[in-house]
Amino acid sequence: MNLVQAVNSGLKCAMADDEKVVVLGEDVGLDGGVFRACEGLLKQFGPKRVMDTPLAESGIIGVSAGMAVAGLKPVPEIQFSGFLYMALGQLINHVSRIRNRSRGAFTCPVIIRTPYGGGIRALEHHSESMEAIYVHTPGLKVVIPSSPYDAKGLLISAINGNDPVVFMEPSRLYRAIREEVPDGSYTIPLGKAKVVKEGNAVTVISWGSMLQQAKLALKHTDVDVELIDLRTLKPLDVEAIISSVKKTGRCIIVQEAPRTGGLASEIIALINEQALLSLKAPVSRVAGFDTAFPLYKLEDYYLPGTERIINAIEATVNY
Amino acid sequence: MASKVLKTFTLKYLQVLDENGKCDARLMPKLSPRQLVELYGLMVLARRFDEKALSLQRQGRIGTYASVLGQEAAQVGAAFALRGSDWVFPTYRESALLIARNQPMARLLQYFGGDERGSIPPKGVNNFPIAIPVGTQGLHAVGAAIAATIQKKKTVAVGCLGDGASSEGDMNEAFNFAGVFKAPVIFLCQNNQWAISVPIKQQTAAETIAQKAIAFGFEGIRVDGNDVLAVYSATAAAVKKAYTGKGPTLIECYTYRLNNHTTSDDASKYRSEAEVAAWKKKDPVARMRKFLEGKKIWNMKKEEELLAKADRQVSAAAAEYEATPKADAGDIFRYQYEEMPGFLRQQMDDYKKLTEGN
Ligand SMILES: Cc1ncc(C[n+]2csc(CCOP(=O)(O)OP(=O)(O)O)c2C)c(N)n1
Ligand SMILES: [Mg+2]
Repeated sequence: MNLVQAVNSGLKCAMADDEKVVVLGEDVGLDGGVFRACEGLLKQFGPKRVMDTPLAESGIIGVSAGMAVAGLKPVPEIQFSGFLYMALGQLINHVSRIRNRSRGAFTCPVIIRTPYGGGIRALEHHSESMEAIYVHTPGLKVVIPSSPYDAKGLLISAINGNDPVVFMEPSRLYRAIREEVPDGSYTIPLGKAKVVKEGNAVTVISWGSMLQQAKLALKHTDVDVELIDLRTLKPLDVEAIISSVKKTGRCIIVQEAPRTGGLASEIIALINEQALLSLKAPVSRVAGFDTAFPLYKLEDYYLPGTERIINAIEATVNY
Repeated sequence: MASKVLKTFTLKYLQVLDENGKCDARLMPKLSPRQLVELYGLMVLARRFDEKALSLQRQGRIGTYASVLGQEAAQVGAAFALRGSDWVFPTYRESALLIARNQPMARLLQYFGGDERGSIPPKGVNNFPIAIPVGTQGLHAVGAAIAATIQKKKTVAVGCLGDGASSEGDMNEAFNFAGVFKAPVIFLCQNNQWAISVPIKQQTAAETIAQKAIAFGFEGIRVDGNDVLAVYSATAAAVKKAYTGKGPTLIECYTYRLNNHTTSDDASKYRSEAEVAAWKKKDPVARMRKFLEGKKIWNMKKEEELLAKADRQVSAAAAEYEATPKADAGDIFRYQYEEMPGFLRQQMDDYKKLTEGN
């Protein structure tokens, strides 16, 4: 399966296993979602559980909050993550805070799926990587898979839990990689990173579509890299990060998001707090620029590619 | 105590030209034969442009494109009632409107070709950049309209929206602000029956979009959106209202999206051929041509000349677009702030060093 098929399969498993799971969003019904992540759901589960909504993101998230509080498990799809901003009020003021506000009397397990990231030659606002906003919001969990197998297992875990999750899917990878994915249900726990490749010279940390760029970069360097896929951005797998950095003494974080205030900054702070004395070189970032994501003709300028990653790896090991 | 009907409402509908190009003389707007021909010419030009854009997209020379096929009358008719100094706040499906507003076609291609420079309007023409987030720019139109009243300018602002956009919170806030501030604004709604795969019946339980204006305390009207004269007439009336301090108008152009939503969409998944075929019969361009022919101000020869001219213009625009060099990397940094802060300059310089180094 490719990544979008794996997401689709995960949704089908979760809906078949638990009647409380409902899917809602723009074009998720007959159309199956603009990327086809919801293909076939309407047919299999009917219009009461698969709802084409009016075109209103704040509405979709606000209504999901009410459904969740009342005992359903809504899995809204926001067509592109650039349109989730329309619902930030509902998400940050309510969805993320309902458990705390009611001191546990109410929960709000809304699992928001949304494609993110560049490299798809899209119109404006279709290429954003603003995961840091959600990571910064108390009460939210944030997941970004980088492979079909992980996507399905993480999605089912997210749906099985009782907290709100922003589940961001790298649209650039939707159809880029295929791998063996079981048809049945399985879970991958949230909050656990994956060591994609073991190594001793330098730790490279990434997630989502940049993880695949980092993997590509490894083909062009002899440096013995340890590559870590975070998979869950919140809660972070601090232990995996720290133990790897203590081993290699060097670290690079690759993020597609703008540089300032991104997740890389947080990881560097953690390393500073917990592994500073193991470092043999400054921890560095390969990141998007502090610019609006450009329209597609210029997106190659913006997107961190293998060249910038290799450059950083070499600078770090030769420090 | 009382139980009585407090309010009922009425809603106007306007059609000047019927589907066969027959016009109701009493409703005919005051336009000279030359202007009538000009309206027709703009629709034809927009359609030729649309065809070109779709073909460039298929060849990978521009990116995702949203066709205006079938909606030319709604856009050209509205633009024709405006001045350059009036504001328009367009969506991504406004090629015909923008062409009629003198936005160079080469720039439209540049925009859909993934280059921000395509958003630069011609001097003195207030064409705001295309807003991709649906339903968001209606508020900008209201703001520009309120600014005009504060600055004592005779200016109207037009906020474009689709049927889908009428569901967004921002859009409804725009309606409300417009009503409260009696802003000189026109909401130009193209109800083309579909928001990607969602039909209008699933978008709203209201029978029309025009009636929403009434709830917000101002006038709404539905017009035949495939009748360029009706759209022109309604817009001209709304402009006059706005110029004379009489507040906002919502014009619902009842029309149809004949093409896929965009070049990334496949409409056959969710709507029937028969529905599309029925709407093809209401074609706005053919209708106007029949009308002009009936008035004896149009013939085959003029038609051929017009098509040839439109094709020349469109080809020249495509050639100009293709000849425009890609912007340098600095372009993505240069316009973030009035003055480039040090941290950003550093990022730009580092990038240039890396890429120019080999
Ligand atoms: C805020 C926002 N949400 C979702 C989208 C994705 N999207 C693009 S066009 C569209 C449908 C718009 O329908 P309508 O307003 O009727 O305009 P039309 O495309 O028919 O001209 C959607 C859902 C978007 N661009 N912006
Ligand atoms: Mg529409």
